[in-house]
Amino acid sequence: MIYLDHAATTPMRPGVWEAMRPYADDVFGNSSGVHEVSRRAKNALEEARERIAMAIGAGPREIVFTSGGTESDNLAIKGASLSSIPRRGVVTVATEHEAVLETTDFLRRLGVPTSVVGVDREGQVDLPSLVDTVDANTAVVSVMYLNNETGVIQDIAGIASAIEEHEPDVLIHSDAVQAFSSAEIEVDDLGVDLLTITAHKFGGPKGAGLLYVREGTPLEPVLHGGGQELGRRSGTHDVASAVGLATAMEAALADRSRFRSQVAQIRDDFEKRVLTAVPDAVVNTPETPRSSHHLNVRFPGVRNETLLMRLDRAGVAASAGSACQSGASEVSHVLEAMGLSPGEARESVRFSFGWNSTADEAMDAATIVIDLIEELR
Amino acid sequence: MRALVAMSGGVDSSVAAALMREAGHDVLGVTLKLWSGPNGEAPTAGCCTVSDAEDARRVAAQLDIPYYVLDYTDEFRDGVVHRFVRDYGSGRTPNPCIECNRTVKFDRLLNGLADFDSEVLVTGHHARNRHVDGSWRLHRGEDRAKDQSYVLSMLTQAELSRIRLPVGELTKTAVRSIAAEMGLRTADKPESMDICFVGKRDYRGFLRDAAPEVFEPGPLVASDGTELGSHDGIVGFTVGQRRGLGVALGEPRFVVRIDSGSSTVVLGRRDELAVAAVGLDQLTWTEGAPFSGQVMAQYRAHGEPVPATLHDDRLLFAEPQEAVAPGQTVAFYDGDRVLGGGLISETFV
Repeated sequence: MIYLDHAATTPMRPGVWEAMRPYADDVFGNSSGVHEVSRRAKNALEEARERIAMAIGAGPREIVFTSGGTESDNLAIKGASLSSIPRRGVVTVATEHEAVLETTDFLRRLGVPTSVVGVDREGQVDLPSLVDTVDANTAVVSVMYLNNETGVIQDIAGIASAIEEHEPDVLIHSDAVQAFSSAEIEVDDLGVDLLTITAHKFGGPKGAGLLYVREGTPLEPVLHGGGQELGRRSGTHDVASAVGLATAMEAALADRSRFRSQVAQIRDDFEKRVLTAVPDAVVNTPETPRSSHHLNVRFPGVRNETLLMRLDRAGVAASAGSACQSGASEVSHVLEAMGLSPGEARESVRFSFGWNSTADEAMDAATIVIDLIEELR
Repeated sequence: MRALVAMSGGVDSSVAAALMREAGHDVLGVTLKLWSGPNGEAPTAGCCTVSDAEDARRVAAQLDIPYYVLDYTDEFRDGVVHRFVRDYGSGRTPNPCIECNRTVKFDRLLNGLADFDSEVLVTGHHARNRHVDGSWRLHRGEDRAKDQSYVLSMLTQAELSRIRLPVGELTKTAVRSIAAEMGLRTADKPESMDICFVGKRDYRGFLRDAAPEVFEPGPLVASDGTELGSHDGIVGFTVGQRRGLGVALGEPRFVVRIDSGSSTVVLGRRDELAVAAVGLDQLTWTEGAPFSGQVMAQYRAHGEPVPATLHDDRLLFAEPQEAVAPGQTVAFYDGDRVLGGGLISETFV
């Protein structure tokens, strides 16, 4: 199989599983306990927290362990909107992940003022209208760093400082789930108060994520209970996952500059080869800053569902939009927000490359894609 | 042979896939996602629920065949649901399952066979499709009680030549015991009887939610023209209906006619339901050549066939028939063999 769906999830990096294993086995203690096996677990947890904090330029108390991206997004937005601060409003962007959009819609149904700002043809948020939408009622603005479907990079630092200038008390959240492998993530440089990260996108385990919460940020928990994570996220710690997250993060950080050049080269060569052979194929984000590993491309006249099925049968794994519960692929809300018609969105496919992608497999995949497009037309 | 199996998640299509696989064919399973509610939620009843797709997926995994869910919600909404609403709005009695077969399942999957890298389409229908003397002949299924040839009567040679119906050769009992022997999770699964997008409720409730604009009040009249009352929309009525008429008349009354032009529902005695002949459109012939003469005609999915004579686009019943309404499909048979089918466009008393 040639796996070109790394934006959905990517294999664990070498050494991660081995690092986790003791905490699912011998060191099984509950990190809140008083005895030795628990202390050992607690030590591993706190050491993981420090390593993680270091990797994003944060303090250890600013790291809240969660079950992943969806939970972190929920905690960031609900937590900010429902906190002790009287401001309640949420402002976000039409191309966000469902974890952000549905959380925002949930709050809207509770009576919270919410706004969803549009994007241009390239997927870039319109900064002046974003800033205009933010007002004295806004608690939090949530903008994705690197889009999961298109790879479009938003200027988080620029957005954060423009909003800061306009409404200094507004919290800035960014879903950076797709970003850690390739993009610089230093929380102070980004200017964010809240940042979502999940391990399985850069070689860690699934079910392990974190929310960065800037010191002093008011936040109501979503999961109430035993008061773990300084009361911000209750529930017995998954120490193995935390260790896996920290280990994968360090590996991804050490590999970042190689990833940024080499994976980008592999993606670019694949893209060039496909576009040369299929001249009417359209990259959905041709001009805007884009990640090193995403390619969202439209093949006019070819239904993506059919192409993905044929690719799968030919041993190439790719994807389109998000899948509904039955497994059918749905029209991408991201591409629709960028102005593509539902028909055009249904002709668009995402190829995403990862830490273990190779130039040879990418060229093989390109040949398979080209042959299939020819056959399906 | 490379076979595309339309898997609904029921026992019949599960066994169809299993039989094709056992016969050594290269099998690919698909489930069509046809309908979701206004907020995208999957239906909970009928033939296209999330749990049905899950059953199909698990059976495919057990058979070790590739499996995909295809999204045809747009085609289904435009081709089937909108038409269902429009038909009721114009006083007709539609059969959405036939329309779905015609405009979505067979049309899309057969036209897409090459794209799916498949040569034939396999379904779990109870009907027999046999290659005899160079042509494909459609017959009633081996299990007469479960026969579904009526809903396939619109198929022609171009389609039949690319369709295989392996379970049509078996009784339902045999299908279930094959499934049980193979340990398929669908072996004891009950059959779905509901219209998938209507679900367990009355179709009128669906129409009231989905298309309130088609409810236009009008008069209820007796067949002699006497006004008996009023109704809130002809879509709430079908020809032959006896219950829920909204008037009490002391003796049994039936809907005998619906005039969509004046939104009038005409009530009459049972003998006024009798239809002597019908006009037909969208006539198709399973073996190509149009047929005229004596046929056995079936105008309901689970109805008994009745003798009739076909002349071009007119069908004359040997005995007058009750509850025959525009919009219904008629299938023509010679014994067990399906000759063709058509849609009733008008009725003659």
